[in-house]
Amino acid sequence: MQTLTKDLRWQRGVLVALRFIIGWHFLYEGLHKLIHPEWSAMGFLANAQWIFSGMAEWIISNPGVLQVVDALNTWGLILIGLGLILGLFTRVASLAGCALLLLYYLFNPPFIGLELAGPVEGNYLMVNKTLIEAVTLLYIAVTPLSRYLGLDMLRPTYNA
Amino acid sequence: MTSKKSSGIDRRDMLKTLAGIPVLGALGIQIFRKTSYDDKHNIQQEIIRELGLEDLMSVIRPVRHREGDLIRVGIAGFGVRGEQLAKALGFMEKSSFNQTVGDGSLNAQIKDGNLHVAITGICDVFDLHAEKGMAAAAHDIHTGGTFASEHPVKRYRHYHEMISDPNIDAIIIATPDHHHAQMTIDAIQAGKHVYCEKSLIHREEEIYAAYDAVKNSELVFQQGHQYPQTAAFQVAKEILNRRWLGKVSHVETTTNRNSPHGAWIRHLDDNGNPRPGDAQSIDWKQWLGKAPEVPFSIRRYYSWARYFDYDTILFGQLFSHEYDAVNQLLNMGIPETVYSSGGQYTYTEFGDMPDVLHTTFEYPHKGLTLTYSANLTSSRARGRTIYGQDAAMTVGGALSVVPDGDSKLFADLLEKGLIEPGSPMMEMLQGSRSASAVDAVTTATSQYYATRGLTSTSIGGQDWDVTHLHLKEWLDCIRFGGTPSSDIEKSFDEGVVIAMADISYREKCRTRWNPDARRIERI
Repeated sequence: MQTLTKDLRWQRGVLVALRFIIGWHFLYEGLHKLIHPEWSAMGFLANAQWIFSGMAEWIISNPGVLQVVDALNTWGLILIGLGLILGLFTRVASLAGCALLLLYYLFNPPFIGLELAGPVEGNYLMVNKTLIEAVTLLYIAVTPLSRYLGLDMLRPTYNA
Repeated sequence: MTSKKSSGIDRRDMLKTLAGIPVLGALGIQIFRKTSYDDKHNIQQEIIRELGLEDLMSVIRPVRHREGDLIRVGIAGFGVRGEQLAKALGFMEKSSFNQTVGDGSLNAQIKDGNLHVAITGICDVFDLHAEKGMAAAAHDIHTGGTFASEHPVKRYRHYHEMISDPNIDAIIIATPDHHHAQMTIDAIQAGKHVYCEKSLIHREEEIYAAYDAVKNSELVFQQGHQYPQTAAFQVAKEILNRRWLGKVSHVETTTNRNSPHGAWIRHLDDNGNPRPGDAQSIDWKQWLGKAPEVPFSIRRYYSWARYFDYDTILFGQLFSHEYDAVNQLLNMGIPETVYSSGGQYTYTEFGDMPDVLHTTFEYPHKGLTLTYSANLTSSRARGRTIYGQDAAMTVGGALSVVPDGDSKLFADLLEKGLIEPGSPMMEMLQGSRSASAVDAVTTATSQYYATRGLTSTSIGGQDWDVTHLHLKEWLDCIRFGGTPSSDIEKSFDEGVVIAMADISYREKCRTRWNPDARRIERI
């Protein structure tokens, strides 16, 4: 391991903390869906707007497809969450998490003229928390320091 | 600070790689705490326990199709409703079948809904409609026409020819209303089972004649009130059995539409041109039947429901469904008196149909009033609601029960804050697929029928066409015995109720039922 400056050590610490809390968020979202099998993405998809609304309608109208989407979503969240917390395949987990969040974002983007159904907390224009979390994951993915305190340290490619 | 040794990394670094484990542990503990907290504070579970909701849905009868002898059906009248009935039997013209199959609405029927019937007779006074009927009858949805070709369909010019054909076992009547009673009587006398669209009657005397004809036969009569086949109806019935509503003094039924089509102005196409049909292609004399003789009129032909001559206006068209739904739920029967009034304020061009109509049906012997409020110039939806002292229940394709703030029965639950006055304490949505199917329907009128529970219902995870289930019940009774849900007794009560309202509106008087003489009186 290299010796890091004090600044870099702080950066590394904060990055790892970010990795942990976003991992926590993903893992809990996934486990919550697993614990509550009555959960389905249908409600979310039914309110889809913009370019993916047609696709969302197609998913809802096919119970089989909806089931697959629900399972992929649940297990995707769990695996990404585990990857981030354990620091295992951190880059893959971060990129996958980022992609998933961007998908959520695009299914219901806070653009001018798109009305969001249901109660929303806060006010968003173009940027919402989903987008911020997605970009944060991208930052984690491209910053090798984020793999500190994780199982990735055991992998031969680890050099941070 | 390289600390890798030949045997691997050192213990301190090993521990660092496992830093995520305590985070996972912390999350695990938090999830456990949250789950136990939720279990203790689960309002939904508590309501389910308190109200005994666990087994409420178990009253929904599963849909089971039983094999039986082939029944050969003849359809009289192949307009829009005739086409829907043929579809519900499993017969559709090939190109419309190909269009429909993609939307999934026929999935259950194709997979599990073979009724083992053949449409072997079509009778319509209009050549175009008869041809449509022939094309539908020749294409069954289960074998793509192979089965249908083994049981060829015949066109009859007059319904008398069809009902006297020994190759037909049962008749479905989907003509304009002024033919229903006579056709039912004639078909029954010719030995055919009858499924007749609402309303069975047009004038009072027909009620008694049709009732006697059916009662004096062993044949199965079913009226086209498909609503009791829905899941929501079955649950609503159970809720009433459990006496959740308390004493009921007011039952409110409504109609809300806002389009010329919804007001039965249907003689023009989307471009404003008259729809097909003329004195050459339509047997006008037969169409008029016993109605007063008038020259051929495309308005009368397509928009007949607007005329006193052919219909009991809104009563036969939509109130009949409303009445049947609440009568099946509450066994209300015939009211003592009826008063009806309204007016043509918007669609004043032709016909007699009022666009605002209010009717009150008094049941002093039952301690309740039924009201029917119809508006054809506003689609602001009002439900079909049964008001009790403890709760109000709105039933249609969906169902909701709203507790009353002053309820004694629910005082405890209200006190605990488990339920709130004005908010549903129990809700049943239309099946998931049905809900999305409603989004896909093309006209406001079909949306209206869906909210009243007249189009589709979700049972056992499958979406069923309610009319299919209703026809199935009729066919099951023909094959295996039993009494269908909309039998002649129900039709008798309904016929009287419709005639009382219709006379009241047309003759601007109150009407009273004389149960001893079994006749309607004007007061």
